[in-house]
Amino acid sequence: MTTNILEMRNITKTFPGVKALQDVSIGVQRGHIHAICGENGAGKSTLMKVLSGVYPHGSYDGDIVFENETVAFRNINDSEAAGVVIIHQELALSPYLSIAENIFLGNEQQTGGWIDWNKTNLEAGKLLARVGLKDNPITKIRDIGVGKQQLVEIAKALSKEVKLLILDEPTAALNDEDSAHLLDLIKHLKGQGITSIIISHKLNEIKAIADEVTIIRDGKTIETLDMHADEVTEERIIKLMVGRDLESRFPAHTPKIGEELLRIENWTVHHPLDHERAVVKEANLFVRAGEIVGIAGLMGAGRTELAMSVFGKSYGHNISGTVYKSGKKIDTTTVSAAIANGIAYATEDRKVYGLNLIDDIKRNISGAALNLLSRRGWIDENREIVVAEGFRKSMNIKAPNVEVLTGKLSGGNQQKVVLSKWMYSNPDVLILDEPTRGIDVGAKYEIYGIINALADEGKGVIVISSELPELLGICDRIYALSEGRITADLTREEATAERVMQLMTQEREKDHE
Amino acid sequence: MSDLTKKPVAQKSAFASATTYLASQLRQIGLFIALIVIVIFFEITTAGITLKPINVSNLIVQNSYILILAIGMVMVIIAGHIDLSVGSVVAFVGAMAGVMITQWHIPWGIAIVLCLVVGALVGMWQGFWIAYFRIPAFIVTLAGMLTFRGLTQIALGNAQISPFPDGFRALGSGFLPDLGGGVSFLEPLTVGIGILATLLVIAQGIRQRAARRKFAVEDEPLPWFIAKLVFTSALILLISYLLASYNGTPIVLIVLGLLVVIYSAVMARSVFGRHIYAIGGNLNAAALSGIKTQRVTFLLFVNMGVLSALAGLVFTAQLNLANPKAGDGFELDAIAAVFIGGAAVTGGIGTVTGAIVGGLIIGILNNGMSILGVGSEFQQLIKGLVLLAAVAFDVYNKRRNGGR
Repeated sequence: MTTNILEMRNITKTFPGVKALQDVSIGVQRGHIHAICGENGAGKSTLMKVLSGVYPHGSYDGDIVFENETVAFRNINDSEAAGVVIIHQELALSPYLSIAENIFLGNEQQTGGWIDWNKTNLEAGKLLARVGLKDNPITKIRDIGVGKQQLVEIAKALSKEVKLLILDEPTAALNDEDSAHLLDLIKHLKGQGITSIIISHKLNEIKAIADEVTIIRDGKTIETLDMHADEVTEERIIKLMVGRDLESRFPAHTPKIGEELLRIENWTVHHPLDHERAVVKEANLFVRAGEIVGIAGLMGAGRTELAMSVFGKSYGHNISGTVYKSGKKIDTTTVSAAIANGIAYATEDRKVYGLNLIDDIKRNISGAALNLLSRRGWIDENREIVVAEGFRKSMNIKAPNVEVLTGKLSGGNQQKVVLSKWMYSNPDVLILDEPTRGIDVGAKYEIYGIINALADEGKGVIVISSELPELLGICDRIYALSEGRITADLTREEATAERVMQLMTQEREKDHE
Repeated sequence: MSDLTKKPVAQKSAFASATTYLASQLRQIGLFIALIVIVIFFEITTAGITLKPINVSNLIVQNSYILILAIGMVMVIIAGHIDLSVGSVVAFVGAMAGVMITQWHIPWGIAIVLCLVVGALVGMWQGFWIAYFRIPAFIVTLAGMLTFRGLTQIALGNAQISPFPDGFRALGSGFLPDLGGGVSFLEPLTVGIGILATLLVIAQGIRQRAARRKFAVEDEPLPWFIAKLVFTSALILLISYLLASYNGTPIVLIVLGLLVVIYSAVMARSVFGRHIYAIGGNLNAAALSGIKTQRVTFLLFVNMGVLSALAGLVFTAQLNLANPKAGDGFELDAIAAVFIGGAAVTGGIGTVTGAIVGGLIIGILNNGMSILGVGSEFQQLIKGLVLLAAVAFDVYNKRRNGGR
């Protein structure tokens, strides 16, 4: 056991209503690259936050042994002082400061409170050389690409004399070349004695650089595999990641599928900041009345971007393509036009984009369809209460009355308010983005029931989800989305977890044609 | 799962639910208590001058323009913006009124309408940059504060304009005619208006409560409801009694009263008002609900411009003078009134009534301290501390309630 630089033993972390981690144990060998693999929401990031002190000692159960000593990190500073550095998926760099300033942010090269600029830039230059970056240390962060920014993060980690480097989805936003360079660098650092933990969905990368891989599922460690041993295939990892029974978690449903309702053709969307980059590429999809259609894709595949760009151009730049409703071309260029044409979009982040948390249930429910409640600009408040009460009862929103602020509700009940709001606008097609994210199992079951009921009313439902089993459990048809491209259209019978996962992870093949 | 274990309010004892209700209304109750305490304090320290009929009349007339500004300002602040330009717009509109009436010889009635149009144009100018060009309101209105002050000086040529015709001056300092012909001790029209207003308030309160009870959303305890009605009625009757025993009803009070009633209704029950709360509460969610957020913001500033123009007309009429220094610092009084009145710094929360009460608190502080002969340095100091205390109380309250 002395070869292990890190041991996490029986880690359990509970959030109100959700057990995020349960008895997770993991051992990382000194000088190795250790991959952690699992679906979105399996608990990988939570585990890393426990390790790096984002969730302080005492807020979880279990022990962390680092360099043969039991440690109790109270915050990130503690873990960094010990040599554990985490690089998050969303980079934490200040865009208007230089590379050198960013590297030494919070750790300034100073004499008596005054920054020693010569030393700052000189030391930064040395660190940049170690990560293979040739840019001038005084270049501003916003003037270099994401790939290089990732390297600056690593240089910053090196400046803190890192012993254990944790990378959360480091290549998610990078192109092939930058990814390859980054992976080489991690290998190179391994040669210098730095241990790395890498969280990734991309199995080919894990195969290429990892020494061991630990699979996490539903907040539990499933297995740790030695990548150098034989018979470790991508298929085996996928099976371990997704394998669980689907039956009892989803209400039974027999679809009654009718005419085509919505069709999206040749839909291309560019990134709002990086106008050259296409986030969605020539996507074609349709949904019929009474049908539940899933969109499966990894984080960053363009799922939300696709949905939001269709819904009133709420995302993206230089959007092209056509939307048809029951065979007729429709206008979806503003949110109000999209709503008027019978489209509803419930966002993946209900707190930031979905609800007014400082307002009550009834006003949130009526928010997208005040025209149904008002005459000449004046709202009929009594009818508003009646409408909201109706939804509170039928959707089983747990609150004493409809004047409770939505900020005080649990995640599941908030989601029911969001769904009520869009149901009240009486759409023909509902796009539900991560409808069950962050809510407990019981509430999930209720939401699935609501989705089925909507389909039975003859509406078309598009469900976007990171949870593959969820899509397999409730959808009549699934589109796989990979790197902004729809890679397959599978019926319920054709769609198996392994197959969809493969189509979701089959990257960039078409880009190279 | 925690919400499963929470008992519905209905199952609690009547006393417990009443306490919960009062706790939830702490801010509103505190505001009224503060107002009463301040009035009583000055009534005692000024040896009864504060509530003398002539002083009450002056209090209303001299604070009317700040209260008009506070109505527009609370709407702007609820939407998450700010307007620093209103003081300069007051001066600019006053100057334009002076120029139109005394130099261009436009009849004062038409000049008033034209001045309101000028206010709307000012609002459109600022609203355009804020809503469609997306420059923060702080910057646009800071620029407006400078530009409209400059335009005022250009229009006036750095001189003052005075006097104004009597009809125009009535808007600021006139009173409704004395129907008693000066015979009775109490002016009958004012008493009549007071009684009518009281009856309307009671009728509206009962009607609203009946509707809310019908839909089972009422959690206000009955004794509290009655206490509130009695208090409001007594307050209206007291004010009308005091006014009736002096010169009667100031015309500007009627204007103000109408504005309060109309804008309270707009904010509480109109689609436009609802959109303002939605934008301030969560701009992203509002946009994704199909609200035309840019148009609402634009109209909000047009509205603020018109109300600033009205305040400018009232102020100019009252002073009988258009003056390049007019309205200096009004924006700060209006903003302070809004925040003392319980609006949230981050937007989404606030009421017209709150802003009016906040404005009255500032007005009474000014008035009382002036009567007591407190120097302006201490007046500023005390007003500053009151504003800080009011917002600190809000923030503390919010934190205690778990961040929301």
